[in-house]
Amino acid sequence: MAYVDAIVQGILLGGLYALFAAGLSLIFGVMRLVNIAHGDFIVLGAYLALITIQMTGLHPFLALIIVVPVMALAGYAIQRGLLNRTLGPNLLPPILVTFGLAVVIQNTLLMGFSTDTRRLAAGSIETASLSLGPISIGWLPLLTFVVAVVLIVGLEQVFYRTAIGRAFRATSDDAETARAMGINTRHVHALAMALSFAVIAIAGVFLAVRSNFDPFSGPARLIYGFEAVIIGGLGSLWGTLAGGVVLGVAQALGAQISPAFQILAGHIVFFVILAVRPRGLFPRMD
Amino acid sequence: MSADPILAVHDLSAGYGDFQALFGVNLALPERGLLGLVGANGAGKSTLFKAILGQLPRQREMVTFRGEPIGHLRTEAMLKRGIAVVPEGRRLFRSLSVEENLQMAAERGRKGDWTLDRVYALFPILAEKRSMPSQSLSGGQQQMVAIGRALMANPEVILFDEISLGLAPIVVNDVYAAMPSILGSGISAIVVEQDIERVRRMADHLVCLNEGRVVLSGPTGAFTKAQITTAYFGE
Repeated sequence: MAYVDAIVQGILLGGLYALFAAGLSLIFGVMRLVNIAHGDFIVLGAYLALITIQMTGLHPFLALIIVVPVMALAGYAIQRGLLNRTLGPNLLPPILVTFGLAVVIQNTLLMGFSTDTRRLAAGSIETASLSLGPISIGWLPLLTFVVAVVLIVGLEQVFYRTAIGRAFRATSDDAETARAMGINTRHVHALAMALSFAVIAIAGVFLAVRSNFDPFSGPARLIYGFEAVIIGGLGSLWGTLAGGVVLGVAQALGAQISPAFQILAGHIVFFVILAVRPRGLFPRMD
Repeated sequence: MSADPILAVHDLSAGYGDFQALFGVNLALPERGLLGLVGANGAGKSTLFKAILGQLPRQREMVTFRGEPIGHLRTEAMLKRGIAVVPEGRRLFRSLSVEENLQMAAERGRKGDWTLDRVYALFPILAEKRSMPSQSLSGGQQQMVAIGRALMANPEVILFDEISLGLAPIVVNDVYAAMPSILGSGISAIVVEQDIERVRRMADHLVCLNEGRVVLSGPTGAFTKAQITTAYFGE
């Protein structure tokens, strides 16, 4: 029974990892940009929520009304003002620049907030749970998972049912031809980053409600996000959700074996999948 | 040739980084005309299209549209100006369906008579395959999508880059069968084509490039086949 419980908890944890990964998956899909600062932007989103809550007294989930649009605007500006200049046939410049951004964000947060760990108080939902026979499911992990699924469904709808989604896919397929068809690819890239940052804001708030964070919490979130994207297969948002779930379940089962084994078990499963299926479970991209 | 060409290139030089591919090219496309652009592989035909479209650096005065300099405009602004391209190798968006490919340029082009219905009337097979992935079509059908995609922007000029490339001769005829309807709708065109006989039948004007330079330019009737062949291969 303990293992069934671990699997259920692992699946729900996978929802959080999918939240970490969805924004990463989205921008890699649209512009082959590997955002090394992704985890640090998640933490930045958490701090932005912290400030918003301190100023307004809003519940963390209501603070999203402010944090999501602010982060989306920041994403648009960063892409338009900085990252668009790094895009080209070479994948390395955006990696180096976002690595630099990661260092800048970490140290700016350190200056502003010190190394004290923080957490966003969300009230009774943090500990409330739902009993299903012998298994008890926390409302917060369940909500996180549901939000992740709704988000993936929403992003899929945007990608496959809207004009901007068509522009995302066309730009991803062939940016030069997209421009010849009248698409301003710099604007399209910036919109994709804005969307990614909106997801980052949501991921940041769920991270901050669920666990402690400090200015250096970003890189670990980046690793989990990366692993979920790679396990799921590049370019597939549903794959990213599946990747998050695989990672979450691996960690939860690892923790059953030994608490010290939790994180390592996730990495081992990641490497095994990389070795057996280098293109991930549900690859969509060449 | 009319005094005011719809699209003209003036003393255009362009290239890739340190490699110069075009040297002082001049060319004028008359309104409602069809200009055949010929030359051996590597002569600079595709490069000329890229330079016109702004996919390669060029100067403001090097490209004019109805006499107005447009050589400073970005690639994405050219469609709105009325210049569309059917690129070499078709370059369809592979993750988009046939109909999504057709809608792509329409959303950002100009309003006009070319609609989905009219493109489907021109190429009935595409109506049947409208929701298929673009890559599942045959080469000739894909070329029809590429042409339809350009038409949907309701352009005044279309640059056709080797639409016969990689297609069986009978399929090439099918694709070119659409040309009279396209030109009849008032569109002017520059056509890059390897088949010189076809160009001689079809084009009013002819420009031959050799190693990045114009070696022959004028009304098609003014040149014999031998003259064109000589210019084509150089001496």
